[in-house]
Amino acid sequence: MATISDPPERGFRLNQLIFDTRYRSMTIQVVAMILIGLLLSWLISNTIHNLEALGKDFDFGFLSQPAGYDINQQLIDYNNQMTHGRAALVGILNTLLVAVLGCALATVLGVVAGVLRLSNNWIVSRLAAVYVEGFRNVPLLLWIVLIFALMTESMPSPRDFRGEDGSSMLLGESVAITNRGVYIPNVVFSRSLGGNEVAAPEAPAAAAATPGTNMAGTYGASRIATGGAGVQTGQANAPDASGGDAGGAAAAGGEVIPTSSGWDWLLILAVVIAGVFGAKVLGKRAAHIQEATGKRPMTLPLQIAAILVPLIVVLVALGASLDKPELGGFNFDGGVHLRNSLIALWLALSLYTGAFIAEIVRGGILAISKGQTEAAYALGLRPGTTMNLVILPQALRVIIPPLISQFLNLTKNSSLAIAVGYMDVRSTLGGITINQTGRELEGMLLLGLFYLVLSLLISGVMNVYNSSVKLKER
Amino acid sequence: MSDTHAQTVAFVRDTMLDQKDPPLNQVGAVKWIRENLFSGWLNILLTLASLWVVYAVLSHLLPWALRGVWDASNLTQCREIIAERYGAGTSAACWAVLTERWPQLIFGFYPKELYWRPILAFLIFLAAVAPVLFSAVPRKMLWVSALAPFVLFWLIWGGSLWGPIAAILGFVIGWAILTFAAPKIGTLLAVILAIVVPLFYWLVICGPLSDALASVVPLSLRAVATQKMGGFLLATIIGVSGIVLSLPLGILLALGRQSDMFIINKFSVAFIEIIRGVPLIVWLFTASLLLNYFLPPGTNFDLMLRVIIMVTLFSAAYIAEVVRGGLAALPKGQYEAADALGLDYWKSMRLVILPQALKISIPGIVNTFIGLFKDTTLVVFIGLLDPIGLSSSIRATTDWNGVYWELFVFIGLCFFVFCFSMGRYSLFLEKKLRREHR
Repeated sequence: MATISDPPERGFRLNQLIFDTRYRSMTIQVVAMILIGLLLSWLISNTIHNLEALGKDFDFGFLSQPAGYDINQQLIDYNNQMTHGRAALVGILNTLLVAVLGCALATVLGVVAGVLRLSNNWIVSRLAAVYVEGFRNVPLLLWIVLIFALMTESMPSPRDFRGEDGSSMLLGESVAITNRGVYIPNVVFSRSLGGNEVAAPEAPAAAAATPGTNMAGTYGASRIATGGAGVQTGQANAPDASGGDAGGAAAAGGEVIPTSSGWDWLLILAVVIAGVFGAKVLGKRAAHIQEATGKRPMTLPLQIAAILVPLIVVLVALGASLDKPELGGFNFDGGVHLRNSLIALWLALSLYTGAFIAEIVRGGILAISKGQTEAAYALGLRPGTTMNLVILPQALRVIIPPLISQFLNLTKNSSLAIAVGYMDVRSTLGGITINQTGRELEGMLLLGLFYLVLSLLISGVMNVYNSSVKLKER
Repeated sequence: MSDTHAQTVAFVRDTMLDQKDPPLNQVGAVKWIRENLFSGWLNILLTLASLWVVYAVLSHLLPWALRGVWDASNLTQCREIIAERYGAGTSAACWAVLTERWPQLIFGFYPKELYWRPILAFLIFLAAVAPVLFSAVPRKMLWVSALAPFVLFWLIWGGSLWGPIAAILGFVIGWAILTFAAPKIGTLLAVILAIVVPLFYWLVICGPLSDALASVVPLSLRAVATQKMGGFLLATIIGVSGIVLSLPLGILLALGRQSDMFIINKFSVAFIEIIRGVPLIVWLFTASLLLNYFLPPGTNFDLMLRVIIMVTLFSAAYIAEVVRGGLAALPKGQYEAADALGLDYWKSMRLVILPQALKISIPGIVNTFIGLFKDTTLVVFIGLLDPIGLSSSIRATTDWNGVYWELFVFIGLCFFVFCFSMGRYSLFLEKKLRREHR
């Protein structure tokens, strides 16, 4: 039947490459490919020539050379004899620490502020609006520097805590906010899994507690750092991070020195996860019984017990106790020392990102039309159930993707640590290591790669989530 | 029944009663306060807590700010004045640091006698953006907008006037080729020529031409080096150039990412993801440390230009994602309708798709711009003096060693005004462009 539809075959002519839409896209792509290839090869050949001219090579061997610099906050064992690679790892962990802490606090702040901004109470919603607009419209860097200045300039120094009329510690003599940082109690175990007398690696959740000698010399702090935190250059620091615990435990006399190790925390984490899992199983069983008989057995106390009882048993078995910071010679000993740099970075990142999250949460809640609530009420659901089963699942679909991208922003913004001398991965791998070895190209490449892989991982997870909660349409 | 009833009623009112005033607690301020502030125990608690927060903040801030000293030549003198006026130990602001140093915060180290140039440039800039932002401004003003970049460049950096004029000539050449040659040699060839010929002109002829013209008729202002610029002048230059350049680039990237062509698509995706995945600081360090590796030996160009390029690429990647959202949100029928009208790709984008997609993405685009403007503060880490960097260099002088809050408040307020008004403008634009009935 197709007698007139095909054009006569006239063979391929060269101008079809440009004027025939069937071939034009091919032409454009080939041209683009050639241009991109030319550009890349131009850049690469330039780089090779420049490296040759400088007498450098492209080599990652520096990662296994001794670093020779100290890092003032370590989550894993580190000293200046270890390699640049290890230093980079310490920096990565510091970045992740502030990112995780920041994401947690920012979520809390954002959800609270977002809900308050929708409140019927005029003054509360105005206050939330002031918070959101104030933090969204002022550069993050200014907030970081400002909070750091607030910590170092306006807080009492440790010696003000001496005597009766001086500053006092908070929360039952356990938390001290000083101009050198915040001291909080540490959880230590008298029957630690890592062994008690030997030096144990740091607990993952606790920031490094090096004793107070580390203000010795600073360099590498950025030009706008308002003083204080920097990089230790002195060799005077204690050989091991656990030295701080030893000082605090001296009062305990000849008994075993309570300490904490990663194993203890792993065990506790495992017990908590198992408890949560058990509570879920209980909940499912209750739902099952409800389906079968129509009566829901009492589960909440059981669920709470399933989480708490094993935890308490483990804590008692390990001999947990609080190691409170105590005023020593010039500074506080014991406990965990959160440096000003960490505190300033953490608070500024959380407050700043929290303002953005507040807007996301508000938008998410507003996006659910009122008809949904009314429909749920018409079905006879109570307000709590309505929120759990109808509103939240729909609002979360709107909220979660931008929320994750805010988390990503927070993680990337943590590279502003440079402003306060917090030793994150940019300061170790992308800062001091580059300065010492002169390997800008390799260092920056690795640094960029770290952030890139992190972003891609998180956005990959987000894509999976998105497709799982997507509205199922035809 | 009704009869008997009618007889028993002695009085029937035949006029309506006057309306009574509503109860006092149901009108005016009292009602508003009851409904908005004290409608339940939770609300009462929240109200009291907020009032306490407001009081706590204001009772510290207001006396400090209002008692501030505006005329003193250094911090010690300022503190003496405060102690004299309000007694020792009173905390009060030393606004004198602003009266003393505000030119530095705004212009950096730009020569004092040349301050009129950035100020004039700012006024021209306002005149140039007005027709772009508000449709009520006469359309003829768009010529000011088109010429403004060259004039502004000349005013701020100084040097010979012939440089910008020679650069404009390149655009004129490109336009002339498109207009006059296109009918004779075909659109495609004309477009290629309109790109290649001006490029060749700028790279080869432009420099010698402007030098030759300058040697005949020297029309020049005193040149000012980039290193002298700082403060809000620097932030505005970087921010505005970044904004102006990144929007078209971002739109192109978004179109590339939506494209069916495999290579264009993958290249756009890789570019966007790589740029977005790495923090701006790392890109800025790349610009200052590594760019020399990637360029031919001996190339060395202005640090500010490098920063502008990096900031532009960075925000272009973000804008591309925002615009892609807008493109994806359009119903497929719009694309098909444009095709059915017989429009080619660029025409369908320009006339049908982009106007709608950009309208949807206005809030996101403006948010990206606000972020870009705030991110200009990061240049301090590679040695340019942005306002925050200047605040620490002011603090480093003996006169003002120890001044923190006054400078922070000033810088923060300036940024707030800029960014907040950008946000308000985006709301205004959304409202203006809203077509559907509400």
